[in-house]
Amino acid sequence: MIDMFKGYKGRALETLKRFNIRVWSEALVKTSRGEFKGIVLPRAENDDDRHIVLKLNTGYNIGIAVETIEEMKEFGYKEAHYKIPEKQFPFSKEKRNVKLLGTGGTIASRLDYRTGAVIPAFSPGELYGAVPELADICNLTTEKLFAVFSENMGPENYKILAQAIGEEIRKGIDGIVIGHGTDTMHHTAAALSFMVQNSPVPIVMVGSQRSSDRPSSDAALNLMHATKTAAEADIAEVMVCMFGPTSDEYGLLHRGTRVRKMHSSYRSTFRTIGDIPLATVDRKKITPLQTDYNHRRKDRNVSILPYFEEKVSIVYYYPNMQPDIIDALVDNGYKGIIIAGTGLGHVNKPIYPAIERAFKKGVAIYMTVQTLWGYVHMFVYDTGRDLMAKGVIPAANMLPEVAYIKLGWALGQTNDLEKVKELMLTPICNDITEREPYNGYIILQGGLPEVDDFIRKFHK
Amino acid sequence: MKETFDPRKNYEKTRKLVGYQERAATLPRTYARLGFKCGLEVHQQLLTEKKLFCHCPAGRYHPHDDRDAEIVRHMRPTLSELGEYDGTALMEFKTRKNIIYRIKNETTCTYEIDDTPPFKINLQALDIAMEIALLLKTNIVGELHITRKQYLDGSIPTGFQRTGIVGIEGEIPLKNKKVRIIQLSIEEDSCREVSDIGHWRIYSTDRLGMPLIETVTYPDMKTPDEAAEAAQYIRFLCRSTGKVRTGIGAAREDVNVSISGGTRVEIKGVAHIIWIPELVHNEAFRQKALLEIAKNLNRRIADPKGWDIAFKELEFGYLESPYAPLKSAEENQHRFYAVNLPDFKGILSFFTQPGKIFAHDLSDRLKVIAGLERPNMLQSEDLDQTLAEEEWRFIRKILKAGENDAQILLWGPAEDMATALDTVRERCRLAMTGVPNETRKSFPDGTTIFERVLPGPDRMYPDTDSAPIPVEDEAIAAVRLRLPEEVRHRLQKMAEWSIPESAHRYILKRNLFPLLERIQADFDQDPRFVARILAQDMKHLEGKSSAPFSFSGDRIHQLFAFVHLQKLDREIVRAMLPVIYEHPNMEFSSVLITIQFSRFTPEAIYSHIPSLKEKFREINTSKKPDAIVHWIMGHLRKLALGNLSLSELREKIEKEAIS
Repeated sequence: MIDMFKGYKGRALETLKRFNIRVWSEALVKTSRGEFKGIVLPRAENDDDRHIVLKLNTGYNIGIAVETIEEMKEFGYKEAHYKIPEKQFPFSKEKRNVKLLGTGGTIASRLDYRTGAVIPAFSPGELYGAVPELADICNLTTEKLFAVFSENMGPENYKILAQAIGEEIRKGIDGIVIGHGTDTMHHTAAALSFMVQNSPVPIVMVGSQRSSDRPSSDAALNLMHATKTAAEADIAEVMVCMFGPTSDEYGLLHRGTRVRKMHSSYRSTFRTIGDIPLATVDRKKITPLQTDYNHRRKDRNVSILPYFEEKVSIVYYYPNMQPDIIDALVDNGYKGIIIAGTGLGHVNKPIYPAIERAFKKGVAIYMTVQTLWGYVHMFVYDTGRDLMAKGVIPAANMLPEVAYIKLGWALGQTNDLEKVKELMLTPICNDITEREPYNGYIILQGGLPEVDDFIRKFHK
Repeated sequence: MKETFDPRKNYEKTRKLVGYQERAATLPRTYARLGFKCGLEVHQQLLTEKKLFCHCPAGRYHPHDDRDAEIVRHMRPTLSELGEYDGTALMEFKTRKNIIYRIKNETTCTYEIDDTPPFKINLQALDIAMEIALLLKTNIVGELHITRKQYLDGSIPTGFQRTGIVGIEGEIPLKNKKVRIIQLSIEEDSCREVSDIGHWRIYSTDRLGMPLIETVTYPDMKTPDEAAEAAQYIRFLCRSTGKVRTGIGAAREDVNVSISGGTRVEIKGVAHIIWIPELVHNEAFRQKALLEIAKNLNRRIADPKGWDIAFKELEFGYLESPYAPLKSAEENQHRFYAVNLPDFKGILSFFTQPGKIFAHDLSDRLKVIAGLERPNMLQSEDLDQTLAEEEWRFIRKILKAGENDAQILLWGPAEDMATALDTVRERCRLAMTGVPNETRKSFPDGTTIFERVLPGPDRMYPDTDSAPIPVEDEAIAAVRLRLPEEVRHRLQKMAEWSIPESAHRYILKRNLFPLLERIQADFDQDPRFVARILAQDMKHLEGKSSAPFSFSGDRIHQLFAFVHLQKLDREIVRAMLPVIYEHPNMEFSSVLITIQFSRFTPEAIYSHIPSLKEKFREINTSKKPDAIVHWIMGHLRKLALGNLSLSELREKIEKEAIS
């Protein structure tokens, strides 16, 4: 049954029914505050039941309080049809072939101004219509694997992605782009870094911080940078490609195991932690910042290792944390715990017994640092030495989220804790680095004269 | 013998053909015959502490080159569901501008640069907007929905303005008619433009995000004067709340003009209401001129759809003329083109506005759309005849031009030439259809230039970052209770009090009416006298001094209170005012000392009359009968000030002296 009253409920729905007014009809509404005329629009799911939405002929939307309505008359009806005209993506033999895998979120969109709806543009033809520059970069094909907000993603999604990537590589694709929500892009990037090993081609994750319907969106430029990287870069690794500065200047390519979203909304939110990014990318070129990376190969070999044990948790330590938290995890069958400890990797004494108990029950416990930057050094203080004696394994400079993903992946392959340890502590792609260069940790403090001076001179 | 074409004569001839007259000489029926219609969109900044969708302070401005950082962005248009770009969007995209935003940490946060979603709407601003919506007699909405209105010129970093309707369908009363209001909306202000050169446009962000209201009228105004009157009324109405910003740039008018057969053209950002009548008058005739041009062209050109320009690239050395812009173009390795416009003879020098011809429109568009800095072209019907006639003959030969054709020379960077030629082609094609839909920019002399293609109504869609805001009956009732009196009632009262009309504008502009009423009521003062103090004496003092008066109306009320309590004659207020203007905090008793006031009883003053009478008879210089009265008045005036009304004194003198 078609929902004629799209989104209206409670009192608003009753009112529409009483006067026999359908959504999309043109209505004249007489109220105690005067008359209003316009198209009745659908109601957003989480908005209240006390108002009806009208689109006026000036293009603005307004809400009318149901209790002020005296009469409603329908005098026209225009059903909404979201027709998106198909345009052919131009193919050319000289360009490389790139596959865009969709997981949800809108990397590009169109607007239905009549109703105000934002319609995702995803097929190659639609993308070509929205970002025509793509045709100059590569031959693009697309496939929607699933449509999930990134915070709702999980191991099943990682496995599907990894397998799809494996398929594409075997079929001979020159590069892969993955459209993904930005909230958990770094989690998925880490997962793919472990599940897809030895790729001969670049695998580039991309998203947008500002919705793609707005003229100022970073979506188009990110997409151009990502497809360029997938098509042309020599770097055959899993990478995240997002804005470098907040200005439209260049994008950064971050290794999937060292990247993290560092601001809730800034375009330039993704940063490489504890190292420098792999490269910068702009409309014209890709400039590597390092020389040590996996290079593009002509063969079609790749290892797909889609394993994941779900019963793994991250525990973010805080002062006065009680041991029952750890006990509860153990009693609920958790097989692995990543602790984000304070300082060099510490927790308080009261928790020690819980950790001992967990270790005896065969739970794998690894330590990372809340500070994100820096190594776990548990030899330095008593606390650290005590914890190691109780079975906590330091995870060097692995980021907490990356450690969580890796532990899930390792435990998904074997229950042998020694084998798990080997997997965890052997770096696969810089998830642990041997050294942290001086410029691996630069956080400029605003307000200092020399810093403000520097910012004033350069586009940020 | 063939007569050489005289562009100046053509300008005069076409101006007569269009029927252009000076505004002072134009009667309302001329506008009626043209089918003249005019509507207003008045933008007014609200007096709030903070901006509309973030918590930055409002009303602070920085010099253009004072900045903490610069950010570069570009604007991309979004396709509509029909697969088409909005015309403006396409134009802006074609210009390929790099947009730079200058920010100061004091007034710009991450919301302004579109890196953070909006905070909850400023309720102080919404309250003021509701007050004005009620004063405009609009129907208030039940729920405020924030909408996105797209702008691709870069004046807002997100590429859209957040705006919402507070009320619709209202009216304001003019002297002879009512003007209907379409809507009152609340919205955020845009950036201030710093510069726009070539492909770089620079904006400053201090003003960005300040709360604005926009009042949109129906095109009910039928003469330029009505347009100015409506703008004034709306301004007085807003100011009567005491909650709007004043000063330069705090209010801006956009004026929409159309005539029969023409199109709606928007003249944007008119800074002064007194500019409106001339602008609107010239626009009506500009449209008439374009309609005449279209008629003319359609008579000559058999197949308008098939019409096209012809062009040839030239070497700079082809011309002998020492014209400086060509020399620097050559030095900058620009390209140089000659363009032929078939059948356009007499069109390039066709009158469009006082001192302007059709060719100016081409040059304006070359600047805006192709980014070619002026001077960017020469043309064969140049009023100033910059190039010699032989040069044009030479160019015509190269282009193989016909007798009825016109020619243009243009130059610029290589990458802009395709857009430049396209711009010329497009504008000439549009000339055959009549008046293009445009936004134009105004100048103090009453003329306008092309600013951009007028955006369609379809560039709006809901802002999903903001939740709808309910507007409850109780909230509206509370606002209604504190509404100021209607402007038209105030105008009526002032007329009843016989306050001269010349004072009305100043009093309403400064929102001094409440003060006037208070003083009149509290001290039983003659309103005409109070109006004179406020709208004449104060205004005069303000004009003389370098600073506007820095004290509130309360000080003036206190002055009248002091005079009332001390039982002084009111004329002393006029004498005390200049001192108070200079020293607002001086005690009134000290002011009296400063102006050398002394207390005298009327009797004491009158006692001087006999001796003065004597003195006058001695030195009598005039035979006029009331000369003696004047003379004695002159001597006693200073003593009388504050002690005795001058009219009483005069009466007494007249009685005594002429006896």
